[in-house]
Formats: sequence, structure tokens, C-alpha cells
Amino acid sequence: MPRFGMVIDTRKCVGCMDCVVACQTENDVPAGYCRDWIHTELRGEFPNLAMEIRSERCNHCDNPPCVQCCPTGASHVEANGQVVLVTANKCIGCKACLAACPYDARFIHPDGYADKCTFCIHRVKEGKDPACVSVCPTHCMSFGDLDDPASVVNQLLRSRRHHALLPEAGTKPRVHYLT
Amino acid sequence: MAMLEITTTRHNPLVDPQLAVWSWEIPVYLFLGGLVAGLMVLAGLAMRRVARGEDSRSFFSLQAPLLGFVLINLGMGALFLDLMHKLYVWRVYLTLQPASPMSWGSWVLLLVYAVLLASALIRLPEAWPWLGRRVPWLQMASETLLSRPGLVGALAWANIVLGVGVGIYTGILLNTMVARPLWNSAILAPLFLVSGLSAGAALLHLASALRGRGAASQGMVGGAFSALVQPLGSTLPDEHAAEGLVRADLAFLAIELVLIALLLANLFTSSASHAAAGALITSGPYAWAFLGIVVPLGVLLPMALQGLELRRAIPHSVVPALLVLAGGFALRWVMVNAGQASHLLASSAGF
Repeated sequence: MPRFGMVIDTRKCVGCMDCVVACQTENDVPAGYCRDWIHTELRGEFPNLAMEIRSERCNHCDNPPCVQCCPTGASHVEANGQVVLVTANKCIGCKACLAACPYDARFIHPDGYADKCTFCIHRVKEGKDPACVSVCPTHCMSFGDLDDPASVVNQLLRSRRHHALLPEAGTKPRVHYLT
Repeated sequence: MAMLEITTTRHNPLVDPQLAVWSWEIPVYLFLGGLVAGLMVLAGLAMRRVARGEDSRSFFSLQAPLLGFVLINLGMGALFLDLMHKLYVWRVYLTLQPASPMSWGSWVLLLVYAVLLASALIRLPEAWPWLGRRVPWLQMASETLLSRPGLVGALAWANIVLGVGVGIYTGILLNTMVARPLWNSAILAPLFLVSGLSAGAALLHLASALRGRGAASQGMVGGAFSALVQPLGSTLPDEHAAEGLVRADLAFLAIELVLIALLLANLFTSSASHAAAGALITSGPYAWAFLGIVVPLGVLLPMALQGLELRRAIPHSVVPALLVLAGGFALRWVMVNAGQASHLLASSAGF
């Protein structure tokens, strides 16, 4: 079974938000909510400034606190691709998963259940890339099997400096950022 | 000067700009859960006296389980109000998720209900004769329980064990969330347990103070009320019992104070994220509630008043009990709200 992950090149990302719009269209995300978003960080001291633009979403962690705290099993790790998903009709809307996620990647759908990025697993099952990856105009995003040494994502991780978000949380996130 | 400027396009309700998924319902639930935990432990201790034949008309063994039963229902009501997908609440009872404290808590709650009801049954027909007359099996169940001290003793232990478990659970519920540094301390569990014990003692003290001087009312409404706040019939709790509650509360508050100090020491000697979380309640936006209400009014003042009461320097009053109850709720309110505001600080190692 694959273990899907994402690699995003922050040197290519221009923060155009195409990925955000593609996700909202593909997944019918309600107005006023978002499953992915653009995070911009500017650090340093003028004139020596460094900027990183990141397209962020659920990290589909290997050690997902949102799954562990779920009282009903609604939050679960899908066998296919080890993607973290929510079964809406099992979710009671207790919001423990929202509080447990260090990335604040989840939200409560207006219908009452916890919602978040699915890595577009419905598209992936058809052999397509997630919507955000497929529309990126700078091709800064790559998606693939982290357990396959020959996958594009692994090749990128081997060849470039990279980091993940809040690794100190121990969640083992599977979205990596090339720097 | 080095700068760090962060912008985000994320705009999810209840999440941005700051996590605010839990409002008044969860502090109320945690407070009432802790209170019930305290009542169960105190009821269990009183029932052990009944089982040993030292007290045939135990004041607490009637009040505590009944109060506990009413309060746990109120707490569960608050929890239910907090759920966003209410119609699916039954899903909790189709599974046991071993890693989820909430899942364990939901199942343990069924045991709590059963034990509280069985404990309340011991005295229920006596407290509500109108009910005992209409439902004969209540009378039979009560007599069966009272005629078997072993059973009362087992119920007593069930109350004590479950009470301690529920008290600890209310802390663990928050404690297991690594994402919120303020909660991420194991001290939260004993702190909430001791705060619950203190609140339980305070509530029983309050209930015994609210009793009428005459015989307890036995009507449907009056009987229900008197069963909650009055001892059986015209029997008043002896002075020793009331003073015992004050003494117990004083000890619980002293332990609570030590645990609060340990929690702060734990936060400020831990990572930068934990220290920043600690600052939220000591110098940040929640300092007024924590250092202005929880510690001085919820712990220190009632300790001082109860100490003076025990030395007979001032007369007994309900003021310390009211302060302890208000402080217990304020502690949950501060921890739930400040905890949501706390978050892991991102390192700058990325780029």
C-alpha cells in the first residue's frame, strides 16, 4: 500500500492561490471556509530579508493526534494511501480533533462535521493528482508515494533541502517544503 | 531589529484568528464532571461508614449520589449542546477507541450513571415516600441494598474508584493534546481531581446549610428538592460531619494550591511554547481571571475563612463554599480558554 505525501517547492510558489480556488471548486468547500491556504513568512532585518510562501493544508501525519483523540473513529487513516480522512456520518462534532491539530488544519463544516483536506483521494484513486497539484501554474507541488524510492516526491526530498511544519510536535507530517 | 511577519489567507470560523472551538459549554461540563467526581468520592467514603454499620442514616450517602445524578445530567446536557453534529451522538456507543480519552470517558459514564443511581436508591424511597408507595420495587431495592452491607461496601468502592477516575479524566481530556502547550501537562489531571473534590465538599456543605429546620417536605416537588438539599426527615447532619467537610475542603484547597504552583513551574521550566502558554495566565490576557479570581478568590480566601471557622474565630457560613464553587468553575474557564489560545511556536529552522 502506498503512503501518499506532498512536496512543495517554496522557491517556485508565488502565492497565487490557484491551489486554494481549485480545492474549493473540486471539493465544494463552503463559502468562507478553506481546506488549503497560503501562508507567507517574512524574516530578517532590512535589507537582509527572507520570504517563504507556503501552500498549507492537512499534513496527513503519520502520527495523527486528530485520529487518536476521535471518540467515534470518524477521523481515521484510510488504508489506501494512509490518508487521514473524516467519515461525516460518524462525526459528532465534538471538535476535539480541531483542538488536537497543531496545524489548525481542520474546521467544522456548516453541516456540523469536522472537515479538512483529503489529498483529493477520490481523484488519486482515478490516477489523477490532487486538484491543487494539478492546477499549480508554477508546478511547485508534487504528489506521490513516500514509500516508493523512485517516486518524484522522494527524488525531490533526496535532492533538495527541505523541512516540515512543527516536527517537534511529533506528528510526523507528510507535507514537505523544499527551501 | 530582526522581524517576523506572518500573513495567512486562512479564514475558518472557530479556528481563525485564534482557536475558539469550545465556548461556555465545555468549562461547565468539566466543572460539573469534576464536581460529580468529588461527590462520588465523598459519597463512597460515607457509604463505607453505612456498610460498616457506623451510620445508619448517613447524611451524605443520600445527598451526594442524588446531587451527583442531577449534576452529571446537567453536565452532559452542556456537553451535548457543544456538539456540532448532534444527531450522530449515538455513534460514540458503537465503538471503543483505545487512544481517545473521550471514548473511554463516554463508556465510563455509563458505569457512573449506574453506580450513582444504585447509590441513590439506598435512601430514595425514604426521601420520597410518595415515590416509594407508587413504585414498590424501589422500596424493595432499597431494603435489599441496606440489608446487605457487602453490597453497600462494594457500591462505596465503586463510587470512590469511579469518582477518582472521572476527576482525573476531566484533566486528561485536555492534557493529551500536544498542540495546546497550556494543557500539555499531566499535572492538570490531579489538579482537576482535587479541585473537584474541593467543589464536592463545598457543595455538600452548601446543601446542608440550605436545609430547613423542620421536617423535610415529602411532596413531589418539595420532596425532590429536599432530597437534594436536606437530610432525611428532620435529622440534621451532625456538627462533626459539617466540620469534617470544612476540614476536608481545607486540605483539598491546600493540595490544589501546590498543584497550581507545580503547573506553573512545569510550564515556565519547559519549552518556549510552554513558557508562552504559561504567560497567557500569569501576565497575558487571562491573568486577570487566573491571578485575580481563581487563585485569590477561589483558593486563598476560602482557605483563610475556613481556617478561621475551624478555630472558631468566625462563625460558619456558606461564603467559603460559594467561593470554592465559583473558583472551581473559573479554573476550568481559564484553562479551556487560555489553552485554546496557546499554540506551539514555530521554529525558524525552516528557511
